[in-house]
Amino acid sequence: MVASRAIGSLSRFTASRTLRCSGYICRSFTRSSALLTRTHINYGVRGDVAVIRINSPNSKVNTLSQELHSEFMEVMNEVWSSSQIRSAVLISTKPGCFIAGADLNMLNSCTTSQEVTQISQEAQKMFEKLEKSTKPVVAAINGSCLGGGLELAISCQYRIATKDKKTVLGSPEVLLGILPGAGATQRLPKMVGIPAAFDMMLTGRGIRADRAKKMGLVDQLVEPLGPGVKPPEERTIEYLEEVAITFAKGLADKKITPKRDKGLVEKLTSYALSIPFVRQQIYKKVEEKVRKQTKGLYPAPLKIIDVVKTGIEQGSNAGYLSESQTFGELAMTKESKALMGLYRGQTQCKKNKFGAPQKEVKQLAVLGAGLMGAGIAQVSVDKGLQTILKDTTLPALGRGQQQVFKGLNDKVKKKTLTSFERDAMFSNLIGQLDYRGFEKADMVIEAVFEDLNLKHRVLKEAEAVIPDHCVFASNTSALPIGEIATVSKRPEKVIPDHCVFASNTSALPIGEIATVSKRPEKVIGMHYFSPVDKMQLLEIITTEKTSKDTTASAVDVGLRQGKVIIVVKDGPGFYTTRCLTPMMSEVIRILQEGVGPKKLDSLTTSFGFPVGAATLVDEVGVDVAKHVAENLGKEFGERFAGGSLEMLQQMISKGFLGRKSGKGFYIYQEGVKNKNLNSDMDSILASLKMPSQPDVSSDEDIQYRLVTRFVNEAILCLQEGVLATPTEGDIGAVFGLGFPPCLGGPFHFVDLYGAQKIVDRLRKYEAAYGKQFTPCQLLVDHANNPNKKFYQ
Amino acid sequence: MNQNFRMTSLLTYTLKNLPNTSKWALRFCMRPLSSSSQLQAAAASQTKSKKTLAKPNIRNIVVVDGVRTPFLLSGTSYKDLMPHDLARAALSGLLHRTSVPKDVVDYIIFGTVIQEVKTSNVAREAALGAGFSDKTPAHTVTMACISSNQAMTTAVGLIASGQCDVVVAGGVELMSDIPIRHSRKMRKMMLDLNKAKTLAQRLSIISKFRLNFLSPELPAVSEFSTSETMGHSADRLAAAFAISREEQDEYALRSHSLAKKAQDEGLLSDVVPFKVPGRDTVTQDNGIRPSSLDQMAKLKPAFIKPYGTVTAANSSFLTDGASAVLIMAEEKALAMGYKPKAYLRDFMYVSQDPKDQLLLGPTYATPKVLEKAGLTMNDIDVFEFHEAFSGQILANLKAMDSDWFAQNYMGRKAKVGLPPLEKFNNWGGSLSLGHPFGATGCRLVMAAANRLRKEGGQYGLVAACAAGGQVFSICFTCVTDKTSYL
Repeated sequence: MVASRAIGSLSRFTASRTLRCSGYICRSFTRSSALLTRTHINYGVRGDVAVIRINSPNSKVNTLSQELHSEFMEVMNEVWSSSQIRSAVLISTKPGCFIAGADLNMLNSCTTSQEVTQISQEAQKMFEKLEKSTKPVVAAINGSCLGGGLELAISCQYRIATKDKKTVLGSPEVLLGILPGAGATQRLPKMVGIPAAFDMMLTGRGIRADRAKKMGLVDQLVEPLGPGVKPPEERTIEYLEEVAITFAKGLADKKITPKRDKGLVEKLTSYALSIPFVRQQIYKKVEEKVRKQTKGLYPAPLKIIDVVKTGIEQGSNAGYLSESQTFGELAMTKESKALMGLYRGQTQCKKNKFGAPQKEVKQLAVLGAGLMGAGIAQVSVDKGLQTILKDTTLPALGRGQQQVFKGLNDKVKKKTLTSFERDAMFSNLIGQLDYRGFEKADMVIEAVFEDLNLKHRVLKEAEAVIPDHCVFASNTSALPIGEIATVSKRPEKVIPDHCVFASNTSALPIGEIATVSKRPEKVIGMHYFSPVDKMQLLEIITTEKTSKDTTASAVDVGLRQGKVIIVVKDGPGFYTTRCLTPMMSEVIRILQEGVGPKKLDSLTTSFGFPVGAATLVDEVGVDVAKHVAENLGKEFGERFAGGSLEMLQQMISKGFLGRKSGKGFYIYQEGVKNKNLNSDMDSILASLKMPSQPDVSSDEDIQYRLVTRFVNEAILCLQEGVLATPTEGDIGAVFGLGFPPCLGGPFHFVDLYGAQKIVDRLRKYEAAYGKQFTPCQLLVDHANNPNKKFYQ
Repeated sequence: MNQNFRMTSLLTYTLKNLPNTSKWALRFCMRPLSSSSQLQAAAASQTKSKKTLAKPNIRNIVVVDGVRTPFLLSGTSYKDLMPHDLARAALSGLLHRTSVPKDVVDYIIFGTVIQEVKTSNVAREAALGAGFSDKTPAHTVTMACISSNQAMTTAVGLIASGQCDVVVAGGVELMSDIPIRHSRKMRKMMLDLNKAKTLAQRLSIISKFRLNFLSPELPAVSEFSTSETMGHSADRLAAAFAISREEQDEYALRSHSLAKKAQDEGLLSDVVPFKVPGRDTVTQDNGIRPSSLDQMAKLKPAFIKPYGTVTAANSSFLTDGASAVLIMAEEKALAMGYKPKAYLRDFMYVSQDPKDQLLLGPTYATPKVLEKAGLTMNDIDVFEFHEAFSGQILANLKAMDSDWFAQNYMGRKAKVGLPPLEKFNNWGGSLSLGHPFGATGCRLVMAAANRLRKEGGQYGLVAACAAGGQVFSICFTCVTDKTSYL
């Protein structure tokens, strides 16, 4: 892969050389020796336009590293000092990437905020020089233009972007707990207006080229090209360069002005924003909103508002100073370290470390068209995977198909898909009630309805059939007996040998399912999270018998579905469910101790969980929660004890299954946003009330009782080898269970917060409640040795 | 050779003016030298790969003759007509030209693209109006810009399978008037009103009326699958093949100059005069306007603004017009005493990606149809390619001349090869003569047949691209070549 890429770029280089030779004047100044040593940037001159091409070696993306920075400065100084050059074009020759941002390693290697501030100030100086350049510089953007890349682009006099899907502009720094430290806080508000600038910097959202044009972030668009006499991507970049050169000439000749015509609405807005009072109102509004959303857990967004405010109200010198200083401060915060760790983890979990599978999955089959099954189908068909969706009744299948259609159609409404693309994707889905076509399936993912009674019933039904027809045992756990009988008589004919059978279950041990399989090496667990199209995580569970190729295949499919993947060993509850269960047990105990669901929700969300603990039970489903708690409770015994399952039992008997039944701790109504407490719960809560222990029941204690149980179990998973790496543990907890991102996941949390402090907390609760809080050995080891960290 | 000389001078002119495109222009410039030998070879038919394209056990199918109304810029003399009026004029012209007895015609097929909803089977309405027997069935086909090609090949199918002996095929397009509809919401309301029984029901429906219901809905100008207009796609295509604005203008100028010459010399013999009711008789195409390169350079890009290369001057324009051809089984034609103009031989439809290769069809279809017929590029004496845009023609020529394209996109070992430009659209093309979508196909075939007779060649090849990424290509033989009677 790497080799072919290298060869590709090599041929590209030579090809462009020969083609352009006539148009270019070779540089033969004294600096020509420097030209040879440059690795990130090369440049040529076409007429009176300097074309500066960025291509960092040995990397998929260009990042603003120290070397790139200095090479760029060097080249720009040549451009400015050359009398022959009147304008410049800045372009990346790397397909799909302009500049993806600053080099994070550069920031990570800093140990003090002063160092980071220094980096920021250097970048600010460079971009200021660029902004004040008398020779117009055109940024020609193809592919991701993020963070520092965007800051570079907006310092140029003109921006031209390709209308490619990969061309995304944005300031995602906030997602890493920092702010744009190279002038964007000062330039963006002037360029796109204060509200839009806040939106970009506070959400970190990526903006597609056509919207960027409407906002005034780019000045011209270039359509990506199709095949010509060379590869389309290559020719598109070349074309972009040609167009940029004509604009650079036009700007130098003053035939084109970089100012654009503003619409009436824009003019009115900018007039309104020139009134200080209006601006103050906006700052206030944005601040309120940010406070509400971050609950004060994330410092970066508020700082961004401050810095923007400083720049606008006190002038740009103050603004730049504030930007660089705040940048330094933020980079040193725990939050930022946690978020950057998550970012690195996410990148790692988007790679297939098991290598390419022997046979790429082309035909997928999903059993069960429920919420999960349809969700899995949706994220498969929209990536071009042929998918069979099978259920047992037409209405159930119809609901699943409708869910897939709706998911795709919503994208059409948001204009990220055309109706035609939707139709083409939807035709990748085949809905059916029988096993026709399964003989061609490369992978079967079962996702049968998560209704406990049904699962119990069909499990028993399945067990009665298993012995003779073992290949099918694993995925028949939720299918009616009639079908099993008809199909399992000739199992070998139904699923080809290379077919991977993936089970989507949250608590049943995969190993147990596999015992009845004739090909246990082909059985694997793929645990998706609901809603599948929104939740990024996929937990893949391997048994001792699962082959490496099977794992590679499952990871490959998951990656194609756009998932962030952790691979864990089989065991009760795997990793995610296992961590969540003790916490849920604690949730019930806390409720029994008289803390109301609303209060509990606010305690958990203010700790950083995206969803309150009581609401989470409702979302998961009370029946599912009970099923899981019972199963794992049997396995792990006292450690998983806490609240009484009786509460869940009573809720189930009253039909309070959570959101899906309309009632749980809260009442859910279609179209009603503010959910109200379910007053019928009062009697249940009252009947199961336990006395609370005052010394471990402060608000903070309640939060830590929940979190430490979670964290302790996560670390135990690593200790027991369920988890291979702390990274996967963090990614799984944050992306699958909503562990507070500002803490970076359980392992980052221990590293940043201190193992000793957590052990102290656990010991305190252990004294009150017993073994459930006994810290695991690995955690104790970390507490005993402060140099021991999960992340070095 | 005179023609060659003209081409050479024309293209050396290009060479002088376009230093950047040296490689390209040079190839054109070289062409006449190498291909003059080919032309001579063409006269001596023993150098052809095949003497005849006739196949055992398949009926020979001939084009007896074909006509068309003058092609006019839309919004000019035809603007008050309806499509079937134009189609009728073409049919009447064909009857007059061939004197074919109306009752001999077994079937009538017309192609059209933007349908007039009142005459959705325009073939039938036109045939009845033109006085054909009401016992002669007629149907209408649509396949974007190759609709009338589809009409012709449908006819070929009917004759080859023995269903018919004599079929009239044609095409019509009237861009002066297009069906602009009420919005879907308005239509829905009107239909609901129709069904409402009580006053209360009616009132409740009317109460839902909103002002935006009144915004009209135009026929789509963009590709349905990609939402991209064809001009936009052509501009991207030209850019993909690095074709400059000057090259495109140059080619458009060639088309207009050649068309003007052909018109002046009376070569466009397929045109029949049309007395438009209430207006003067129209006798010739009115879109042929040779201009100067300087004039053309002044135009602004029409689609990709402000830096695109496709302009009004190097694109085909919206056109009104109709065409019709008389197709027969050879033995029937001979029995009736006709001297047919050409055999219709192997044809082929192919299609490809409607986004990036929307207009690249001829590159794909040409080698395939040649292979099917067992001919090579050198065997062809006359090329007629549909000119949607200058950039599109030039892109196709570049693609045909590229080994890289052939290997990476066509699964071929080597490039298709360039059709010699001196055999290419010598009497103008859609850029200059006009392009009434539904009617162009028959014009291309008749132009090729008439050129074969006039220029003394044996084999002709027509290729045309169409919306949806589809393309048509046909090979045929001129009947004047006596040997092919054997």
